[in-house]
Amino acid sequence: MFDGANGQASGGTRRVDGQAHGPSSRAPNGVLDLKTYSSPYKPTWCPGCGDFGILSAIKAALVELEIWPHEVLIVSGIGCGSKLPQYLYANGFMTIHGRPLAVATGAKLANPQLHVMVVNGDGDSYGIGGNHFLHTCRRNPDITHIVENNQIYALTKGQYSPTSDVGFRTTTSPEGVFEMPVNPVAVALAAGAGFVARSFAGEPKHLKQMIMAAMQHPGYALVDVLQPCVAFNKVNTYNWYAERIYDVANDDSYDPTSLRDAWERGTEWGERIPIGILYRREGVPPYENYVPALKDGPPVERDLSARLDPELLERLKRAYV
Amino acid sequence: MANGGLKDDFSLSITVGGDAGQGVESSGALFTQALARGGWHVFGVPDYRSRIRGGHNFFQIRAARRPSLSHSDPVHLLLAYTRETIDVHKPNLAQGAAIIYDDGFRVDAAALEAEGFVPIPAPLTKIAEEHGSKLMINTGAVAAACGVLGFPLEPLVRLLHDTYGHKGKKIVEGNASVARAAYAWAVERYPGRLAYRLAEPGEVGEKTQPSQPGRELMVLTGNEAFCLGAVVGGCTFVSAYPMTPATPILEWFAARERELSVVAKHAEDEIAAVCMAIGAGFVGARAMVPTSGGGFSLMAEALGMAGMCEVPVVIVNVQRGGPSTGLPTRTEQGDLLFVLHASQGEFPRIVLAPGTHEQYFEAGWRAFNLAEKYQCPVIVLSDQFLAAARKSLPLDALTLDGVSIDRGALLSATELDRLDGPYRRYAMTETGVSPRALPGHPKAVFTVTTDEHGEDGHITEEIDLRVAMMDKRMRKLEAALADMRGPDLYGPEDADVTLICWGSTVGPAREALPLLAGQGVTANVLHFTDIWPFPVHKAEMALQGVRRAIAVEQNHTAQFARLLRMMTGFQVNGSVRKYDGRPFSPQQIAARALVEVGARV
Repeated sequence: MFDGANGQASGGTRRVDGQAHGPSSRAPNGVLDLKTYSSPYKPTWCPGCGDFGILSAIKAALVELEIWPHEVLIVSGIGCGSKLPQYLYANGFMTIHGRPLAVATGAKLANPQLHVMVVNGDGDSYGIGGNHFLHTCRRNPDITHIVENNQIYALTKGQYSPTSDVGFRTTTSPEGVFEMPVNPVAVALAAGAGFVARSFAGEPKHLKQMIMAAMQHPGYALVDVLQPCVAFNKVNTYNWYAERIYDVANDDSYDPTSLRDAWERGTEWGERIPIGILYRREGVPPYENYVPALKDGPPVERDLSARLDPELLERLKRAYV
Repeated sequence: MANGGLKDDFSLSITVGGDAGQGVESSGALFTQALARGGWHVFGVPDYRSRIRGGHNFFQIRAARRPSLSHSDPVHLLLAYTRETIDVHKPNLAQGAAIIYDDGFRVDAAALEAEGFVPIPAPLTKIAEEHGSKLMINTGAVAAACGVLGFPLEPLVRLLHDTYGHKGKKIVEGNASVARAAYAWAVERYPGRLAYRLAEPGEVGEKTQPSQPGRELMVLTGNEAFCLGAVVGGCTFVSAYPMTPATPILEWFAARERELSVVAKHAEDEIAAVCMAIGAGFVGARAMVPTSGGGFSLMAEALGMAGMCEVPVVIVNVQRGGPSTGLPTRTEQGDLLFVLHASQGEFPRIVLAPGTHEQYFEAGWRAFNLAEKYQCPVIVLSDQFLAAARKSLPLDALTLDGVSIDRGALLSATELDRLDGPYRRYAMTETGVSPRALPGHPKAVFTVTTDEHGEDGHITEEIDLRVAMMDKRMRKLEAALADMRGPDLYGPEDADVTLICWGSTVGPAREALPLLAGQGVTANVLHFTDIWPFPVHKAEMALQGVRRAIAVEQNHTAQFARLLRMMTGFQVNGSVRKYDGRPFSPQQIAARALVEVGARV
């Protein structure tokens, strides 16, 4: 694919040239449809895994929003669901366990032109990555965060997760979980998130709508997705969720811009589980809008040769005389 | 001609000491800068504790006619902001040293005199209250010190205007008045009578310019020199979690974020900081993370991610005393072998250990070039001593000579436009460096993963591919060896003893050479700055003529000597090690090296 001259594999050096290395806004030839997002690699998920529904919904949302694969960066962590970037055709970065929000934040700040999405599991998001979750909520970068919440550690074959319900028996909780589960909706609201939604992997249309709304929200947007694990979670099954969920959009009195309403419904869990857009704050610009260095455009598009201007160094040195 | 009688190697040491919260470091910085404006070469070392108030702090300044490479003992003038300061520093004072203190302190001046010192009780509180406010007492103290040293007042007053100008006329004028009054008091009382002065006996005030007029000196810390280097090196992204002694790097960029257009992100923890930098580096920013050993420990897993995913990122570890919280505000070189091996598995990394302000500046831009050229993490390993030392440098000491911005095998948008066939991020190449696209181009849509992967970045566990990918990544280290510099030799080529050091110990080690020569021992210094990939051949060449090698390191186990033996088989004959958190002085190195070589003098 690369000849020696083009590929620079022989270690040839170049001074910076002012050439644009940033993303291109040109759309590729052809039509944008679901096939555009097809990857040659088949998912290794178990048949019936909720992650299939999430993968389909993400593709459908991207197509419907007319976002091309080169314009999106999907960052994931480690776990079954974090393998998702491998199964669609888009830019992807599978990072380390618990850290995708931090990696995504760096990528977004360095290139705000990219649509940055984080896809990871409940352990990755709310357990090992809990600190980043908390701070990304309050920081509010324009990142869409989709959590595949199956209430179990599946890739490591069935240990309880931060969202497992009390009493849930697993290999690491043989007598049942004694810890209160994390309620991602309540935590996100308390931490200052501006968009909080919940959906269900068994409701692909609803899920697609939630992802689209999250992507259209300027700022951090959480979509916590109830995702059945058919292999290791025999309690929270498709039926278990289906029997409990209800969409707050069907309730005319529900005001998703009211933090009070959001808190009331967001803390509901058990017999009835609300899904839909639980909270949406309007009129607050994303974090990037406040970052002084971004006023000059994406850092990745800086003309670095300007740094070699002797006047710049002279000015900086003068401050120390 | 003024100062014609002062020898070229003339050097004088001053200590400002007091409690934390009394402004010891700011006094030291003010004094240091004033001396440099007066034409003196300075080297200032802060010594402070990890607390906001209380506890003894001090700032040691060396003023010299020639550029200094380190501070120097003993001290000739002590500026004591507390009574305790006198007791703490007496053992390090030269015979005949002057001690300036507030005349309100209960100090037995006669006893100090009997010990051979010159006590100078000064009405500092009174002068400050009369001419400005009590808060300006430190200004008066520094001015009084200038007076007894025979150093002109004018550079200090000018500096006060520059420093306090933004605080309004009242504060500037108050400080200047206090300085004038204290200076006049000192000149009147101590007109050139002291043994140690920055002037010839009898000379006072304006006549004492030590070096060529018009020769401007800047005074900056090592961290500041590094920041300048990072700017010219094209750094566009800094993320960090505050940790002494690396914090000033983030603060420096945060203060200039708008001016320089560099993202300066204070992250929620060090793991987030390094992950943000890796995310930024992945999409094409020149990203760095300043931290110290504890933060670096937290970053270990992410370091491996940068290695595995071949993401350029620069991590600065400003070492402090360990283990664990250790000596948070003090210096050590205890992280060398740790940074070389941190994170699981094997992957290429590059480690630079600058030893001087000039080298720290250079590391600022070199690190980014190496990171992009070899698509791997680069670690800059400095320490609190180098980071915080305020050194005078002529303006032409930090220049753009040799500076380039080399982005390595980065594919431009035009090159990507011409691409036919799918882009392979990890294409196999001879050097191991794969042509790199940034996310955002329609012809180069790709995924990367911390799992082992194939050329297209997809996960694999296939044996041949795994082996080929490991080999590809590790080949980059062989390629990078070409960019690694061998050790620098200072002093005579032919010497009985060679002091082997790395990083910041080079300054005091070089200053120890004349001291050793004075004891009849011919010695030189072999200094390593480029640590990994280890420049084996260049090291072996340099070691050929070495007769007796003494490792000089600020750690307990002579880590570099162990690395040297591992990589070359060369074994040092002895070592001078220090792990009390305080930087080596040249005198300490010389004295202990003499013991190591069993000098018969």
